[in-house]
Amino acid sequence: MIVRFNCNGSDVQVDTPPMARLLDVLREDLRLVGSKEGCGEGECGACTVRIDGAPVMSCLVPVAQVDGCRVQTIEGLGSPATHAVQTAMLMFGGAQCGICTPGICMSAAALLEENPHPTAEAVRVALAGNLCRCTGYQKVVDAVCGALAGGAS
Amino acid sequence: MVIGTSPPRRDGMDKLTGRSLYADDLRPSGVWYGATVRSSRAHARILGVRRAEGFDWSNVVLVTADDIPGLNVVSLMTDDQPVLADGIVRHVTEPIALVAAPTREHALAAAQHVVVEYEDLPALFDPLAAEGHELRIFGEDNVFKRIRIEHGVRTDATAHLIRGRYTTGLQEQLYIEPQSMLAELRADGGITLTGSMQCPYYIDRAVKRMLGHDRVNVAQAVTGGGFGGKEEYPSILACHATLLAIAARRPVKITYRRDEDLRATTKRHPAVIDLVTMVTARGQLLELHGRVWMDGGAYHTLSTVVLSRAMLHLQGPYRWPYASLHGTVVATHTPPNGAFRGFGAPQAQWAMERHMDRIARHMRLDPLVLRRENLFVHGDVSVTGQTLQNPGAFAVLEAAERAAAAPVNPKRVRPGVVGAEMRSGRGLALAWHGCGFTGNGEAKIRGKVALELRGRDVAVLSSSTDIGQGTETIFPMIVAQTLGIDMERVFNTAHDTGLVPDSGPTVASRTAMVVGGTCEKAAQRLLRHLRELHGEGDFDALAARAEAAGGLVRVEETYEVNTNVEWNPDTYQGDAYPCYGWSCVIVDLRVDLDTGEVLYDRVVTATDVGKALSPVLAAGQIEGGTLQALGWATQEEVVLDKQGCMRNDRLTNYIIPTALDGPEMITELVEIPYEGGPFGAKGIGEIPMDAPAAAVAQAIEAACGAVLDSLPMTPERVFAAMEAR
Ligand code: FES
Ligand code: FES
Repeated sequence: MIVRFNCNGSDVQVDTPPMARLLDVLREDLRLVGSKEGCGEGECGACTVRIDGAPVMSCLVPVAQVDGCRVQTIEGLGSPATHAVQTAMLMFGGAQCGICTPGICMSAAALLEENPHPTAEAVRVALAGNLCRCTGYQKVVDAVCGALAGGAS
Repeated sequence: MVIGTSPPRRDGMDKLTGRSLYADDLRPSGVWYGATVRSSRAHARILGVRRAEGFDWSNVVLVTADDIPGLNVVSLMTDDQPVLADGIVRHVTEPIALVAAPTREHALAAAQHVVVEYEDLPALFDPLAAEGHELRIFGEDNVFKRIRIEHGVRTDATAHLIRGRYTTGLQEQLYIEPQSMLAELRADGGITLTGSMQCPYYIDRAVKRMLGHDRVNVAQAVTGGGFGGKEEYPSILACHATLLAIAARRPVKITYRRDEDLRATTKRHPAVIDLVTMVTARGQLLELHGRVWMDGGAYHTLSTVVLSRAMLHLQGPYRWPYASLHGTVVATHTPPNGAFRGFGAPQAQWAMERHMDRIARHMRLDPLVLRRENLFVHGDVSVTGQTLQNPGAFAVLEAAERAAAAPVNPKRVRPGVVGAEMRSGRGLALAWHGCGFTGNGEAKIRGKVALELRGRDVAVLSSSTDIGQGTETIFPMIVAQTLGIDMERVFNTAHDTGLVPDSGPTVASRTAMVVGGTCEKAAQRLLRHLRELHGEGDFDALAARAEAAGGLVRVEETYEVNTNVEWNPDTYQGDAYPCYGWSCVIVDLRVDLDTGEVLYDRVVTATDVGKALSPVLAAGQIEGGTLQALGWATQEEVVLDKQGCMRNDRLTNYIIPTALDGPEMITELVEIPYEGGPFGAKGIGEIPMDAPAAAVAQAIEAACGAVLDSLPMTPERVFAAMEAR
C-alpha cells in the first residue's frame, strides 16, 4: 500500500506492506538510520520517534498507522538548529556509546515541550522506557533537567 | 591545560544527531543477511545437516564446517572452540550451520528450514560435579584452570573460626546494540570486516587462521556498548560472516536479534565461593582459606584469566597475614561464559564483603569498625607478596562518608505498589581493583601506538576502540597536552587493522592507563624526532617546518614495562598488578516488606582514579558501572531450561535497571596518582562493578534483617530471607 506522511518536515510517500514496522520503513526505505533497534519488541526505546509530537516506539508501529501523521526522527530533531536537549546531553556527558541516545533525545524533547523545567523524578518517569546500559542515567537526568535552564532555549 | 577538564566528547554530536554509523546501519549494495543454525541440544552427535524439502532454496547459501578453508577454530587462548560444530555439539545454541539470503526475514526463515539430526549424549550441568567427572568436555578432567595461592604464616593465636558460602549467578552484558558484523570481499581476494567490537586484532587473527591466509583487515564501526561482551565473541560473528560472504560472493551482514543475542552470547561466570577465616576477638583478621569454583561453560574462551582475577581479588582490600586460596574453573555443557566488566573480581569481592559482614555479625562488631581495623595501609603486603604503595582504601572510605553525610532525598515515584510498608537501610562496601593486565601481561602484549603528522595536525593510530568510554576524546587530550597544542588538532584515525598498529585489546581497565600512557610517550618521541629533523622550537614551529619539508612524519611507540614488576605465574607470587584502584560505595535503599522489592534512593561512590583525565567521562564510567552492578545485585537473573538454554531471552523478562530504578548518584573522584600512568591516571573501567552488590546486601540487612549471601537478591529471595529471620 502507499503510505503518505510528513517526515521531519517533508512529505514522503512509501510503497510498503501495511504491517511493515515504521522502524524498518525509516531505516530501510527512507535511509534514516538514526533510530536504532535494540530489542524489536517495545522494551528498550532505542527506536523512539515522535508521531504528532508524542514519543512512540517505532518498532511497534505498523507503518499504515502513520498515514497522514507528522513523524519526527532524531535526524529531524537537530535540524535546522541543534535542539537544547542535544546540546545539554553533550555538555553533561549524557551520551556514551550513543546507541540509546537518539531515543532518549526524542523522549526528552517531548517531555520538555510539556514541561520545560522538569524535576529529576519527572525526567526519570519520562525516560523509564528508554534503556541505557552505559551512563547509569544520572548524567542523562542532569542534562534533561538542565536543558532549558539558564535560557538555553 | 586540557587534562583534568571535560571537553565535550569527540563523537558526541554525531551520536546525538543520529549521524554515527553502527554496524547494522551499514548497507553496501548487494548485501545479503546471514543467520545461524544453532544446536537445540546440550550435548549430541550430529548425524546430519540437510535442507528441508518444500522451502525455496534458490536464493540462499548454506555453509557448514566442511566449507572452512583453514582451521575450524575460534582463535583466542586455546583452540578448543570450533567456528561451526564439527560432528559434536557441546552446548545448546552452538553454531552448526549458516545461511545467507537477500533479506533478514528470508535468512531467518531459511535457518529454520535447515534440519539437523542429533543423537543425544548425556550432558553435565553442575559445575560442582564437573571436575574429574567421567563425562569429558575439556582436557583430562574438565578443568580449564586451577590456581593456588599460599602466602604468609599461620597463626597460633586464639581465634574464632568463621565460615560461609557465597554464590553469584550469570549476568548478561546487555549492550543495547546487539552483536553485528559485516564482511565484504576485497578486490585482492581478501576480506574486510566492519562491525561492533572491542578488539579488532582478536578478530584479525581469528579470521586469518580460519581462512589460512593473511588478506584480512578488521575495522570497528561505532559500537553500541561492550562491557566485555564484545571482547572475544565478535570473532565468531566475523568468522561466520566471512564464510557466508565467500559462499555468496557478495557482502554479508549478520546482526543478532535480541533473543538470539541473549541465548547465544557469553555471560558473566557464575561462582560458588567458600571462605573460612580465623579472626581474633578484637576483629583482627589472621587467616583466609578460600575455595572458588567458577563455571566456564563448554569452551575455554577467557576463563583462565577470569579465574585468575577472581583469585587475585578474593582477599578484598584487607590485610591477611596468612592465606591459602584454591580456585577451579570447570567446563559444563552450557553456553561458554566470557569477559564481563570486572572479570571475576566482582564475584570474589561480593564473597569477601559479605564475609566481612558475617564476621561482624558473629563477633558482634560494627562492620565498619571491623573493616577499618583491617584495611590496607601503606607498606602492607598482599597475598601474592606484593608490597602496596599508597593504597587508597582509607581515602575512598573517608571521601564516601563525607559525601554520604548529605541528607537523602527519598524517591517518591516508584514502579509497582503505592502505599506499601517500606523500611530504609544504608550499606557500605569497599573494593580494590588491579589496573591493566595481570603480572607480566603487558610485557607479552607490547601494545603500540603510532602518531603521524597530517599537515600541522596529529593523527593517533591505535587499535584501542571507543565503546562508549571515551577513547576518541581521551587520546587526543593526552597527546595535545604533551605537545602543548590545542586538542582540536589531534584526532584518532579509524581503528582498522590494515592501518593501525596493535595496541593490545580494549579490556582490563587498560586503555587510558596503558595505551594512554603510550600515547604520552609517543608524543614525546614525536617532539624529539621533529627536533632531530628540524632543530629547536615548540611543536608549532617544528610542525610548520616539517610541513614545508614534506614527506611522512611518523613515530611508533611500544609500551615499556616497568622492570621493577616481578611476577611468577606458577606460584602466583609477586607484583600482581602495576597499581590498584580503590572504591567505597554507600547505598541508601528501601525494602518493600510485602514483596521484598528493593528501591534505590541514592548511591554514593568514591573511587580512586589516579587522575581524572576528563572528570565527566570518568564519572560516567563509574556511574554506568555502578548501575550495572545494582542490576546484578537485585534484578538480573538468567533462568536456564533443562538444556541449559536461557529461557528469559527477552528484555521483558531479563530485566535491567531503568531510569526509574536507578538511584540518584553522587560520584566522588579521589586522585592518588600512579606514576606509570599518563598524568597519574589509573584504570577505572571495571572497579565500579566490584563493591555495590555487597553494599546493597548490607543495606537490605540493615533495613529488614534479611541476610542474603546469593546473587541476585530478587524480591522472592529477599522476601524468603525476611521470613527466615
Ligand atoms: S527496538 Fe523498539 S523498543 Fe527496542
Ligand atoms: S549510552 Fe550506551 S546505552 Fe546509553
